[in-house]
Parts: sequence; C-alpha cells; structure tokens
Amino acid sequence: MLKSLFHTQLTLGFAQAGIASVLALAVVLLARRRNIHLESDAAIALLRGIVQIVAVGSILALLLKSPRWTSVFLLTGMIIAAGSISAKRAKNIPGARKVSTYSIAAGAGLVTAVMTWAGVIDTAITSLIPVGSMIIANAMNTNGLALNRFRSEVLAHAGEIETALALGAAPEHTVASYAESSIHASLIPAIDNLRSLGIVWIPGLMTGMLLSGADPLYAAIYQFVVIAMILASSGLTSLLSTMMIRNHAFSAAEQLVLKSSG
Amino acid sequence: MSVAQQTASGAVVLRTEHLGRSVGDISVVAGISLDVYHGEMLGIVGASGSGKSSLLRLLNRLDEPTSGTVFLDGQDYRQFSPRELRRRVGMVTQRPFLFPGNVAGNIRFGPLQRGEVVADEDIARLLERVGLPGFAGREVANLSGGEQQRVSLARALANRPDILLLDEPTSALDEQAKMGVEQLICSLVKDTSLTCVMVTHDRDQARRMCDRVALLEAGRLIQFGKPAEVLGA
Repeated sequence: MLKSLFHTQLTLGFAQAGIASVLALAVVLLARRRNIHLESDAAIALLRGIVQIVAVGSILALLLKSPRWTSVFLLTGMIIAAGSISAKRAKNIPGARKVSTYSIAAGAGLVTAVMTWAGVIDTAITSLIPVGSMIIANAMNTNGLALNRFRSEVLAHAGEIETALALGAAPEHTVASYAESSIHASLIPAIDNLRSLGIVWIPGLMTGMLLSGADPLYAAIYQFVVIAMILASSGLTSLLSTMMIRNHAFSAAEQLVLKSSG
Repeated sequence: MSVAQQTASGAVVLRTEHLGRSVGDISVVAGISLDVYHGEMLGIVGASGSGKSSLLRLLNRLDEPTSGTVFLDGQDYRQFSPRELRRRVGMVTQRPFLFPGNVAGNIRFGPLQRGEVVADEDIARLLERVGLPGFAGREVANLSGGEQQRVSLARALANRPDILLLDEPTSALDEQAKMGVEQLICSLVKDTSLTCVMVTHDRDQARRMCDRVALLEAGRLIQFGKPAEVLGA
C-alpha cells in the first residue's frame, strides 16, 4: 500500500518508520492502561533512535564516496560512544568509562581487525561499518552486563571481601570468584544467540542479505560467522573489563572503595 | 590483678595520634589519640553511631584516615604494606563471614595468602584453643552462630597477629554463646598476652572484660581510663 503512495525510497522509509513508531506507541499506551508508564522513555528512545540512525545513514552515504580507510574513524567514534554508554552500568566504580572504552576497543577492535585482515569482513565501507558496528554493539552490551553484575556481586559480598582483606588477602583474590561469575553471566546472551541461531531467530544481517538477493546458504553461513565473531569479541571484552575493573574497586592502600553508600 | 595492671608500664604496641576520618562533611572519627599497651584488653564503648567501629577500621587500615595516623611498634603504619599490616593487626567482626567449605579451609586462609600452609596439627591445636576440638573437617554451613564465631577467632589467630581487633564479637550471639565466646577471648588474652582492642555497645561486657575503656561520643574520645572510672561501678 505504502509503495503506491510514496515513490522515492527515502519518503517510503520515513513512512515505514512512522508506522513502526505508531505501533510501538500503541503498545506503550496499552501499558499505560495497566499503570506501566513508559511514555516519555519510549518517545525519547524512538526519537533518539530515528535521529541517530538517520545520522549514521547520512554519514554512510557520505563515506561511500570516501576512501575505505575513513571507516576507521567512524568505528572509533562508535567504540568511544559504546564505552560511555556501557560505563553507566557500573555506577560508583571509578574509572568505569576508561575501562569500558579500552575493553571494547580491544575486544571488538581486535576481532574486527583480524577478521578484516583474514578477508572475512570486506573492507568496503558498506560491509565493514555494519558488521563492525554489530560487533561493537554486542561488546558494549556484554561489557555493561559484566560490569553491572560485578558491581552487584561486590556490593552484596562487601563483608566477605573485607574479611578476606583483613586476613591479608590480595584485593584481586578477594573478588576473583565474583569476576568469574560476572564474565559467565555476561556471555549468556551471546552463547544463547549462537545456540538458537536459525531455530529461534533469523538475525537481521541474514535477512538483509536475503532481501538483497544473496544466496540463502551463503547468507546463513555468513550469519554464523558474524555471531561467532560477536561471541569472540564479547568474550574478550568481558574478560578484559572485569580484569581491569576489579582493581578500580580498591584504593592504592587495598581498601574496598566500591560500597553501597558511596 | 588485671592484665592492664601487669602491663601498665609495658611497651606501647599501638598508638593513635590525632586519628580522624571524615566522609564528605561528616566527621566519623575526630582526632583520637590513645595508646594501647602490650597484652591489654582495651574497650571502645559508646552509643550507636558514636564512631566505635569506624575507629576500629582505621586501626587495620580497612578505611583510610583523613587526619593523623597510627603507630605500630613505634612505626607509622603507612610504612607497612597493607597485607603485612593486616597480618599483624587481625580482626574479628560481628558477623563471622566464614568462607564456603570446611573449618580447616577457613583457618588456612590467612597464612595461605603468604604461601604458608598450616599443618593439620596446628589446626587441631587452634581449634582446641577455641573450644572446637575435632571440628577441622566440619562444613561451616552446619555450625551454630557461636561455633562460627569461634572459627572466625581461630582463623584470625592462625595469622599470629600482634594485636587483635574485635568488633562486637558477641553481639550476634545468644546469651549462652555470648558468655562462652567472652570467656574464650579473656582466656586467650590472659594465656597468650595477646593485645586486643574490642568494640562493644554493652557496658557490662566492657566492665567484665576490659582493662581500660575509651568512651566515644560523636566520633570524639570523651573519656579514657579504667572501666570503673569511665563507666561507673
């Protein structure tokens, strides 16, 4: 129906976005009737989402005419933004933003670089940016989950941690088990995604490849490759961030500084 | 004769000088200066929120002083590594916070941090000392409150501390267990000349156990002396 009303791809896209937003807002209004107030959060998120994605689309449109190496700047910008967003999950932990940015840069950056070098990810901007951004976004989520879990574990076990410190234990030893459980918990979504691939869901990249006429079998295999890359980068990010953040939970004099009151 | 009388002229093992800690605008410990003699049981008493536990946490540097310092055997305690300091200044808290596993594993924990393995005979001796003979293999989850606190005491003693800090060690126990742990601590102090600093809100307990008492109010030391002088008969 929309295609007969809108004749350019851009106007059609905005019309489709409008319908999707109306549907989302309808659900929000339905929730409101059950006294669940998501109106302002959902409205802001939808507005931010469309503005951000249109901005990225515009930048991509510009970059398509630029040399391939310019995509590095866009990916770096995404990593910095991802570090800042996921650091909010580590409230009260000093240095969380730095730790998040470094971990995502190392985890997502290394996997993207190695896979691009190996020829798994094409260096064309239209390939590197979408795949790279997927890897960064998932590393960001994993990092946020790991830091949030670590923070909760430390706050819940402050007594045990300080008892171990009082007995002369090294700070990293007192939180080692909490760091391990944080890494494990943060990787559950990435592992479940890989487990349920094709059975429970057909991810967006494969859908996009199919829509653009790619061979379904190749699209399926490449989707597996992307999800496996996401698991690798998420794992590395989570390992690095929990390893670094545990030192930030303590002062130089080996005192627990991450406390609920702080 | 009390332990303090025996050692009143003994060496000062711990000295605080204008020790204080502020959190934001709030002064939780304000300029406390006191000496602790070798082998004495010093009580820190005061109402809830008077800064008793906050003062104790400064003595093994679990919290950082914002003013003043502590001298251990005449040496500024910031010159010790935190781990060495905490080995020498042990701590037993209100809740024992035993680590999952058995009693022996808990007792081995402190020395193991320095790469030392406590022999089975030494564990047996420590457990006998705290009134829990034959408990080495028991799972800590199956112990009573009083037994857990005794294990916590044995775990702190396994580090062979020079001074033991006790933060309301009996306040979470029932009356019978409380009296048992109280007697145990007194006998340890008497038999081994262990120096103890104990926080308690229970004035009767302070009278029973302590050689000297420091009374705190709003983070300040307002009286310091023999229990009868500070708390009345």
